[in-house]
Amino acid sequence: MNAVLRHRRHPLALVVLLLGGLLVAGMAYAAVVPTRAQASEATGEDQIALGEQLFLANCSTCHGTDGAGGYENANGRVAGPSLIGVGAASVDFQVGTGRMPAQASGPQIQKRDPQFSLEETRAMAAYVATEFGPGPGIPDEEYLDPANGDVAEGNELFRVNCAMCHNFAGSGGALTRGKYAPSLMGVEPVHVYEAMVTGPQSMPVFSDDTLTPQQKNDIITFLDYVENTPSAGGLSLGSLGPVGDGLFIWVVGITGLIACAVWLGAKSS
Amino acid sequence: MSDVHDNDNDDTARPVSTVRDSGTDAPGTTRTGTDLQTRRAPVPDRFEDPGLPPHRPRMADTDVAAAKRAERQVAFLFFLSIVGTVLTIVGYFAVPLRDETDAGRVLLSNILLGTGIFLTLFGIGTGAVHWAKTLMPDHEEIDERHQIEGGPQEQAEAVGILSNGIEDSGIGRRPLIRNTLVGALALAPLPAVVLLKDTGPNPEGVLAETLWQADTRLVTDPTGTLIRAEEIPIGGVVHVQPEGIEESSHFLDEKAKAAVLLIRLEPDEVAPEALAGSFAGIVAYSKICTHMGCPVALYEQTTHHLLCPCHQSTFDVLQNCKVIFGPSDRPLPQLPIDVDGDGYLVATDGFAEPVGPSYWEREQDLRRMTEES
Repeated sequence: MNAVLRHRRHPLALVVLLLGGLLVAGMAYAAVVPTRAQASEATGEDQIALGEQLFLANCSTCHGTDGAGGYENANGRVAGPSLIGVGAASVDFQVGTGRMPAQASGPQIQKRDPQFSLEETRAMAAYVATEFGPGPGIPDEEYLDPANGDVAEGNELFRVNCAMCHNFAGSGGALTRGKYAPSLMGVEPVHVYEAMVTGPQSMPVFSDDTLTPQQKNDIITFLDYVENTPSAGGLSLGSLGPVGDGLFIWVVGITGLIACAVWLGAKSS
Repeated sequence: MSDVHDNDNDDTARPVSTVRDSGTDAPGTTRTGTDLQTRRAPVPDRFEDPGLPPHRPRMADTDVAAAKRAERQVAFLFFLSIVGTVLTIVGYFAVPLRDETDAGRVLLSNILLGTGIFLTLFGIGTGAVHWAKTLMPDHEEIDERHQIEGGPQEQAEAVGILSNGIEDSGIGRRPLIRNTLVGALALAPLPAVVLLKDTGPNPEGVLAETLWQADTRLVTDPTGTLIRAEEIPIGGVVHVQPEGIEESSHFLDEKAKAAVLLIRLEPDEVAPEALAGSFAGIVAYSKICTHMGCPVALYEQTTHHLLCPCHQSTFDVLQNCKVIFGPSDRPLPQLPIDVDGDGYLVATDGFAEPVGPSYWEREQDLRRMTEES
């Protein structure tokens, strides 16, 4: 102990102390924070009953108790869309990515931390799927594993079907009037699949008939590859394409060249 | 040093001070605030040569320690270049790229080679400049400018050489040689005209024609599977191409013209003028922007807008792809579709107008297509 205390006035002692404190706090938080339920255990009627409870408490204000969406009340028209036939996949996507319950209205509902556990989300999905008519279901685990797809096929499918909005590297892009295609980096495979099959918000639907489950798996594999492969060229600058690259080179590159020119022309002191 | 200046207009050359007092009315002079009537800031006929600023010795000229320091700095920059060269060579052999598939290793190699080559060149360049700026002699030297024109003697000599050459060649005395030479020179460019003929003829109609025609079935891009109407949900899109496009001789050229986006709307949402070419709410439009030819495929399901990513031209699918924003001038051409006997989606005809952006012969092509149909 004395050997350590001897260094307590060393200039780096504060840094070491701070790092140690942060490490302990982080580990303590990780130990205490509740982990997300891994899989939904409750099935059948129990699950649907839980889903109904949650739906009535959290969703029915906008979507209506009958799920038909936009209706008139004393305050005017409520804007929630109809949930008839949207299916379990849609609920799992919207609630699982935190887009629902919506934080605020605007050009586009924003993604945020999910408000419900996986079990609660799946219960609502089951309720909506049974009560408001069938729709696309939650995808099979078999098609969600990046290891099961072909990255080259996925790349080609992504370029034709997705890249025009979501960018060649899945980093998202602008649409009209404040809407945008979000970045696909860090999105769970299940949510990627569900988005394709349900077409949330501005996104069109890519049904399992025209883009087969295996092809969707290929796209998931491609996204996983893009996310986990370092950019061979060095700084990717967010993979935003010519705009980001151009801004960088005009600000940093041209400034550097001007600095060199000024130095070349200046007389030595 | 000013003899060049004095050559052409000795009579007008005067010291600046006399010009300033003479009050000449040179055009473009501005009036001073103090004396508007008589005194204008005169523009002198000639500016006086201000000469060079006084020579200022550098630190390295006066201080031995500073000179030593500059010497070490230059040596350091050259040494940096040596380090860069070694780094490049070591990096090349330490991270071999033959058969490398790991992007992280490629990145490492790129960084090593890039940094190494940068240091090699930047060290030599900055070292040399720094050396010249700090240590090499910096006395101002003046190189006098001389007249370009030669004196009468040189001119006469040059003319003599030329006329001697003409005389010796005997071209004036031998008209046969002269005339055949003129003929040979005149004919020499003709092969170029003959060879340039190969760049023609004008491929008429090639920009207007696509692989779409009556009974061409629609297949998905890029997998090439046939599409049934019931496979597309409302709000769904499919990127399609004509069946058999891979077999065409210029696959990519054809694809660049024939790319089509299939969208399923609610059947009652289809524009009345698009109804005849639609099937159960499914409409097909050319994906090639009528502005500059980018693929217009950013379809917003809720607003039914198609956005071109290049210049933000926006087309409203509910109004038969009318332009509602941006620089584009014409709506996207619709591809008329139906289902065939086997239940697959099929084109009932080609496009009624040339797809994509304008080109010189577009009007002629459009007229011909209208006459044919």
